[in-house]
Amino acid sequence: MCLAVPLRIEAIEGEMATVELGGVRRRVSLILTPEARAGDYVIVHTGFALSVLDEQEAQETLELFRAMEEIAGAG
Amino acid sequence: MSENRIQLAHGSGGQLSRELIEGLFLEYFGNPILDELEDAAVFHPPNSLRRGLETGDLQLAVSTDSYVITPPFFSGGDIGKLAVCGTVNDLAMRGAQPLYMSVGFILEEGLPLRDLERIVRSMAQIAAQVGLEIVAGDTKVVNRGGADRIFINTAGIGLVPAGVELSARKVEVGDAVLVSGTLGDHGMAIMIQREGLAFESELKSDCAPLNGLVAQLLAAAPRTHCLRDPTRGGLATALNEIARQAGLGIEIQEMSIPVRNEVRAACELLGLDPLYVANEGKLVAAVAADGAPLAMAAMRDHPLGKEAAIIGSVTEEHPGRVVVRTPLGVRRILDMLVGEQLPRIC
Amino acid sequence: MRYIDEFRDPKLAQAVVRDIHARSTRPLHIMEFCGGHTHAIMRYGIRQLLPERVTLSSGPGCPVCVTDDTDLDRAIALARLPEVILATFGDMVRVPGSTGSLQDARSEGADVRIVYSTLDALQIARENPGQAVIFLGVGFETTAPTVAGSILRAQQEGLGNYFVLSLHKCTPPAMRAILDAGEVRLEGIIGPGHVTTIIGAEAWDFLPRDYGIGCAVAGFELLDIVQAVAELVAMHEKGEPIVANVYRRSVRTKGNRRAQEMMEEVFETRPGPWRGLGELPDSALIIRSRYTDYDASRAFPVQVETAPRPSGCRCGQVLRGVLIPTGCPLFRRACTPQTPIGPCMVSAEGACAAYYHYAGSDVRE
Repeated sequence: MCLAVPLRIEAIEGEMATVELGGVRRRVSLILTPEARAGDYVIVHTGFALSVLDEQEAQETLELFRAMEEIAGAG
Repeated sequence: MSENRIQLAHGSGGQLSRELIEGLFLEYFGNPILDELEDAAVFHPPNSLRRGLETGDLQLAVSTDSYVITPPFFSGGDIGKLAVCGTVNDLAMRGAQPLYMSVGFILEEGLPLRDLERIVRSMAQIAAQVGLEIVAGDTKVVNRGGADRIFINTAGIGLVPAGVELSARKVEVGDAVLVSGTLGDHGMAIMIQREGLAFESELKSDCAPLNGLVAQLLAAAPRTHCLRDPTRGGLATALNEIARQAGLGIEIQEMSIPVRNEVRAACELLGLDPLYVANEGKLVAAVAADGAPLAMAAMRDHPLGKEAAIIGSVTEEHPGRVVVRTPLGVRRILDMLVGEQLPRIC
Repeated sequence: MRYIDEFRDPKLAQAVVRDIHARSTRPLHIMEFCGGHTHAIMRYGIRQLLPERVTLSSGPGCPVCVTDDTDLDRAIALARLPEVILATFGDMVRVPGSTGSLQDARSEGADVRIVYSTLDALQIARENPGQAVIFLGVGFETTAPTVAGSILRAQQEGLGNYFVLSLHKCTPPAMRAILDAGEVRLEGIIGPGHVTTIIGAEAWDFLPRDYGIGCAVAGFELLDIVQAVAELVAMHEKGEPIVANVYRRSVRTKGNRRAQEMMEEVFETRPGPWRGLGELPDSALIIRSRYTDYDASRAFPVQVETAPRPSGCRCGQVLRGVLIPTGCPLFRRACTPQTPIGPCMVSAEGACAAYYHYAGSDVRE
């Protein structure tokens, strides 16, 4: 039930969006994320987008991990 | 054929049955044995078989299977193609070249004849491709609702050359475990298609006859000990069966298992594990360690084995169990499939 | 797969694990609330990576598992009504109620259909105007807004044959109940990432404030989980419990306001029964009277006799974190995924199912 994956919005028609992951497409509802735009990644659960993935936060988190790895490697 | 849908009378043995057999089945499957239309096919074995059986050099292989897949037409094939490939593959896993096959149809009243013809044509194409003759057949028709469109039962007969003994009992500690290509293609193609308009993708079933690949593999690596096709229950189930029957352990590396990105994505979306998803054009092989490089080269040289990979090895530890080493180096059990992951996938 | 594979990078995970080992000096017992986390922890073998003094217990965050027998029996009784099509998420279908499961009802002729979304259920309702389509609403705050949305949609369309049997629950009361019971010594919580995407990280402020326990809200990939453990270790070493948002790409401090509004519009909270935890205040989401037309429990009142089952099922103890699945005498014996005694072995997020699938007695856990 917690199952939710980040999917990229290809196109929006009204309340529904076509999202894509690895060439698989499906339609999901954006009623919980009216601010979503084509090109955004959304976290989708049971056919609904729950949040727009904050790509900057994602990158910053990954950078932190990479920095940690470099320090550990050097130490 | 006057009507365009299957009726109960098509299975009753009378006029309509005759029309169906002569107008459709013999059209596509026809050969001198089948054309006789007797109750059983009686014929002299070809000379190669006769000599081999007399000298004790050849063994017979017999297999049987039923196909109930839904939907009957899917991306990458149909139930007919699946029936022939499945039969060929069961025989091929014992090293047999396919010779003869029987086909029993159970048809639902109302099945469009056009659909039956597509399926029969598809079967004939694959049979011709692998040099397999359909020598016996049967058709029954059940009331609407008594079957889901079409079920197919087959029996296959093949020949196993002298010296080829493929069995889980021949598997040895140290054997390399190989797969012939990417896993999960068939099951995920079916699953995505079943979700209808909810999902779209380019995924296709990998349904294919493996007898050619097997012949090439055995020629290059005679110390291949066991072959299995990971159909229902996927790779995990096939490996568990080998481990249990061999009384040995198998350890595989998660990172070396080839899975297409599209299949990974479809599995993510549906919460499924590709290791448990059915395959219809792949094999798992246990090969003596020193034969593994040649086995790999032979498979990669064949169109159906281009993405062959070594995924692990046979061990004396944890006999009967399969263990996966995760990318972090942690080892965990890979259990058999319990219960139903995807119904009516084969 | 973008934003999935990067968060599964084993080398980065190793770096975080090394950091954990470097910092950890005090015993730390953590509860991962959510069943999805339990499964990921088992799949990645995270326990084997951690120092022995850092331990994990699974919690009650499995909505299928915490649905109690009476509620399940009611759903099955509704499914058996001839005019009803019951639409449900897949893993409710095999959970045993007191006289059988939805699957048993289906094989006896009940029209039970598996759906991936309430959108599918709405479509079934549109296509079957002569039948009542009841969506079995099981799930926490991740799912409840989507169900609220479906009710609003049905109202917009005037779809008079769509109903919801709401068994939805709120998670903070369950967390409080576990801590109040004091059966497990806990010093850290891994917070549910998708529930918190809806309710907001601040919904867990009560943990450090009222209980002095830290909470790291985590996503479900390898890096998310090990990072959450690293944060909890750091808090514990310093003795400074806080709520740390480790899933910043999805979770905001205030959560998803739109989703909260929709939940507020359609549902109100009441006390409700949780398997293993008893009746908890403000924890059940009931459909408000203004949407009573869509409430299956009003439209189809059914009487159920729930016999207490002397099955020896200990799911309640597993859900409270006081028993690990392998400690249950029924585990792998009478209770298997094929022959489940309780929901923890059936649900995709059940702790027992995770242990059964990913760990055997031969490989060191």
